[in-house]
Amino acid sequence: MAGQDKTMEVRLIENGTVIDRIPPSALFKIINIMGLDRDTEHRMTIGTNLESAAMGTKAIIKISDRYPAMHEIDRIALFAPEARVNTIRNFTVVEKRRVEVPARIEGFVKCANPMCVTNHQPVETAFDVVSEAGEVVLRCRYCEKITRNFGAKPDTY
Amino acid sequence: MKNPSLISITDFSKEEILRIMELAADFERQPQQRRPDGHRLLEGKVIATLFFEPSTRTRLSFESAINRLGARVIGFSDANNTSVSKGETLHDTISVITSYCDMIVMRHTLEGAARYASEVAGVPVVNAGDGANQHPSQTLLDLYSIKKTQGRLDGLRIMMVGDLKYGRTVHSLLEALSHFNTEFTFVSPAELRMPAEYKRLLDERGLKYRELTELEGNMADEDIVYMTRIQKERFNDPMEYERVKNAYVLRREMLEGVKDTMKILHPLPRVGEIATDVDNDPHAYYFEQVRNGVWARMAIICYLLGAKK
Repeated sequence: MAGQDKTMEVRLIENGTVIDRIPPSALFKIINIMGLDRDTEHRMTIGTNLESAAMGTKAIIKISDRYPAMHEIDRIALFAPEARVNTIRNFTVVEKRRVEVPARIEGFVKCANPMCVTNHQPVETAFDVVSEAGEVVLRCRYCEKITRNFGAKPDTY
Repeated sequence: MKNPSLISITDFSKEEILRIMELAADFERQPQQRRPDGHRLLEGKVIATLFFEPSTRTRLSFESAINRLGARVIGFSDANNTSVSKGETLHDTISVITSYCDMIVMRHTLEGAARYASEVAGVPVVNAGDGANQHPSQTLLDLYSIKKTQGRLDGLRIMMVGDLKYGRTVHSLLEALSHFNTEFTFVSPAELRMPAEYKRLLDERGLKYRELTELEGNMADEDIVYMTRIQKERFNDPMEYERVKNAYVLRREMLEGVKDTMKILHPLPRVGEIATDVDNDPHAYYFEQVRNGVWARMAIICYLLGAKK
């Protein structure tokens, strides 16, 4: 098949959202917390381990016709603090947003403390985002314990 | 006050802690206070003591305080006899009981249960212990005991001994004392040292502390020696427990050379970490400390219910 271009063009999207500068290690967490794995409606292109001048490697998510709400963007910031969220309309970037680590997180991270009330009763989790020795960690509003590796709570999304 | 419940000692500002100290002293001087209409301060009020986890002493201390204030007590001392054993959620239990009372005092095995209850309840909630998390009335009675025996809270030297890693009482007491320019001495086996987050708090507030592994011979400058129990189950190696346990037993002969005004506190129950020959020593204060719990709890209840500003 000489002469045939073997690269596959990733389609530009007409309208939607592009989340760029995701660390590849955070990609599946973000897919998970945004519920993209259960989205059977919107067209998506997901790429990972792509070359990036700024980051070495990066992941990217393109979603057609979907515009994440602020609270979804907040969630992205926990795992990908350098992420850029670009809104596309008519093939043009109309807004570029940096994500910001929120002061509070509600409802999707599981508290690491096995004795926390949120792990035994139907209570939505709530955390204050705090900095501990330079690391972003979550302090549970209920049991007051620190959660470091934020796993998502499986039954709340 | 922004939060009329008391869940964690950090819910109270320094000024509020000092106000509780004044009120507790008032109640100790005059336990039978009355309103201008001649009734007792909380006559006509109903307070629920919900002990999802049994704790006879804490419950009786609260109920003694409630009775002395003239309020009536409803509640349970064991959740097995309630709808909780049928699988009712904490949300529903609290939503129901909040209709029956003016205040809830609760103890629960789950950490954060009291904070959650305070969000559900329409009445003030006092946390009487949520697992290993918080037990703020213990902290306030400890502070009251310190204030009463030393005449002040500012500028004292406080030694904490025993399990400083898991002991919730020492953590809450440290947080409260960090308002008062305290100098701390931590005495524990290496496995049970004060966690870094608490030492960081002291660093942030510019407070001094030293860490020791030996109790004997190190008490000379201390105003308070706060003893705690070392639990065997905290050690991976039972041999290690056997090795360290005797190093943290306070015996009478060790008290030579301490300040005359030094007092020994313990949240109780003790299991051997204070030899019984200390009990009659003038430095021993742990049984009087228990009595102070009633005054401190009367103060907390009245303050939260607005019966005392």
